[in-house]
Amino acid sequence: MIASATSPSPWRFSARRTARSRSLWLAAVTLLLVLLCGLSVSIGSRSVAWADIFAALGGRLDGVEQAAVAVRIPRTLLALLAGAALGLSGAVMQGVTRNPLADPGIFGVNMGASLAVVVGVAWFGIVSAQAYIWTAIFGAGCAAVFVYTIGSMGRGGATPLKLALAGAATSVAFSSMVVAVVLPRSDIAGGIRSWQIGGVGGATFDQIWPVLPFLAVGAALSLVSARKLNSLALGDELAAGLGESVALARAVASLGAVFLCGGITAVCGPIGFVGLVVPHLCRLFVGVDHRWLLPFSTLAGGCLLLLADVFGRIIARPGELEVGIVTAFVGAPFFIWIVRRQRVREL
Amino acid sequence: MTTVEPIFHAVAPARRRRANRRVTIIAVMATLVLALFALTLALGQSYTPLGDVVRVLLGEDVAGATFTVGQLRLPRALVAVLAGLCFGLGGVAFQVMLRNPLASPDIIGISSGASAAAVFAIVILSLRGPAVSLIAVAAGLGVALLIYGLASRGGVAGTRLILVGIAVSAMLESIVAYVLSQAPAWTLQEAMRWLTGSVNGAQLGQALPLLLALCIFGGLLFSRARDLEALRLGDDMAAGLGVRVGRTRMIIIVAAVGLIACATAVTGPIAFVAFLSGPIAARIVGNSGSLLLPAGLVGAVLVLAGDYAGQFLLPSRFPVGVVTGVLGAPYLLFLIVRANRSGGSL
Repeated sequence: MIASATSPSPWRFSARRTARSRSLWLAAVTLLLVLLCGLSVSIGSRSVAWADIFAALGGRLDGVEQAAVAVRIPRTLLALLAGAALGLSGAVMQGVTRNPLADPGIFGVNMGASLAVVVGVAWFGIVSAQAYIWTAIFGAGCAAVFVYTIGSMGRGGATPLKLALAGAATSVAFSSMVVAVVLPRSDIAGGIRSWQIGGVGGATFDQIWPVLPFLAVGAALSLVSARKLNSLALGDELAAGLGESVALARAVASLGAVFLCGGITAVCGPIGFVGLVVPHLCRLFVGVDHRWLLPFSTLAGGCLLLLADVFGRIIARPGELEVGIVTAFVGAPFFIWIVRRQRVREL
Repeated sequence: MTTVEPIFHAVAPARRRRANRRVTIIAVMATLVLALFALTLALGQSYTPLGDVVRVLLGEDVAGATFTVGQLRLPRALVAVLAGLCFGLGGVAFQVMLRNPLASPDIIGISSGASAAAVFAIVILSLRGPAVSLIAVAAGLGVALLIYGLASRGGVAGTRLILVGIAVSAMLESIVAYVLSQAPAWTLQEAMRWLTGSVNGAQLGQALPLLLALCIFGGLLFSRARDLEALRLGDDMAAGLGVRVGRTRMIIIVAAVGLIACATAVTGPIAFVAFLSGPIAARIVGNSGSLLLPAGLVGAVLVLAGDYAGQFLLPSRFPVGVVTGVLGAPYLLFLIVRANRSGGSL
């Protein structure tokens, strides 16, 4: 189904893409990423001279300007990581479920992570960053299994509509439960919004370091499964015929995706639609081969979230728009576009 | 001839029995709404005898009861009943017209459209009262048309409509979140209303637009009840039965969106009431006759009971939307699972 989303005959389509053109695109997207990192550090509600930016990057902290830039550095890093993790996990989820509408936000996985953290904080008194991340990953995993089980029951297996509906319903339920858990606890209720809308504002390096190992494990598991995802794209029977252990491949890839989106949700809160948009865009450039698609989605995801974050800072000056809101605005029309171009029977 | 008549004689009493059963069920449901209404008025943090409640309602001054019942409980109960009726009616109208239980206004984004417009009007434009309702209705209609337009490509497919609606409502909810974050005095109370729906702090003045909406749009809907029934058979069949399909559909959309938007402008999008009322009503009364009135009553019961439970039956106070959201989502999942099992079209 993913293959048919990009072109009627995927194999000829991807064969036309030489390694050289892909490498060129990869270089281009890396360049874009560096450029956006620069933008993200230099643009904000306060305009700062270039001299101050370089001084702050060098570690100096003289005056307000340089301090402002120093705040933007961890924020840029977090946006980059969050986008990369969500883009990669979205690509993996679309591969695992063979579903063009797969996204950790739409499938309720991010909200599951959110709920687990809220419950952990409110009822079990978790405080350490490590515990946060494990709880979030646990929640994300449970939500993923739950939504996939419900969405794939009955005839026709896991169709996009059933999965999307199951995910939407689960999201609403989890979001209500988050409110129900947080509301009686005035001591943590102030943070309720950060568990409803994702954002990267106010990030610190102390928040980022603990999550890095989890993201690394998730990324490794995902990238290792690239070849297996290619086999899965042919359909379960054919993949099994090629000697692939379908269930194992699915489990490993999903685990990687869950580590990625659970870990990042523990830091940023639920950010939707990045995982949906990025792989679709990337397929236009590098084709459907997951060995190229996954790394490309990682980089492009970082680009998208950086861009969304910078945009959110420019558009709502002197305040700022949380990045979760910007991605919903970019992502929802994209989702509609995908829905419109598919034939009804495929949905 | 000889075979037809006995059947005819058997059908007539059966029809009468079904009609009687329907009337009985509706009467029971109306009584339930009244009972819950009375319970909300009489029993809160303190108990007020029903006699005193009636005297307060008649305008007498009863020491210790006039304020609690007249100022606190009555507006709240009234708004809950009216909003429940609006949500139930509007929801079932959409579900029946589109022949899909999932095509309810709160899932396909019409509620979030009204809610985004209302919260924008209140927080950014600092409007109050009827102006908010008008803007909410206009936005609800706009969103309904937008979703309908986006989903139609060679005929509106239910699947596409629902998926487009999910995306549109995700977008609109992020508008709500943004506007709330811009609010100067951002209170949790206010936020809860627009995130999940709540009847906290309802005032008697708010019941008026609801009542008006119910009279105008509800009346419009009931006047088309017969055509709506015909639409259940499919557009072609309805056209064959003499229904002007396009016009009827337009009228029903306007009426249902009006109901949903007016209720949302007052209480916020109370989660899942519009979605749940129709299927529950269909379960109770069966498939005979119009579902409009039963669904409206179920909506009123849900909001009243949910609000009462949220206030007094749970360990701490919750807005009604949280209660219906937590209870409603499992039902939606159950519906998906059941439709998947039976291999039905979803």
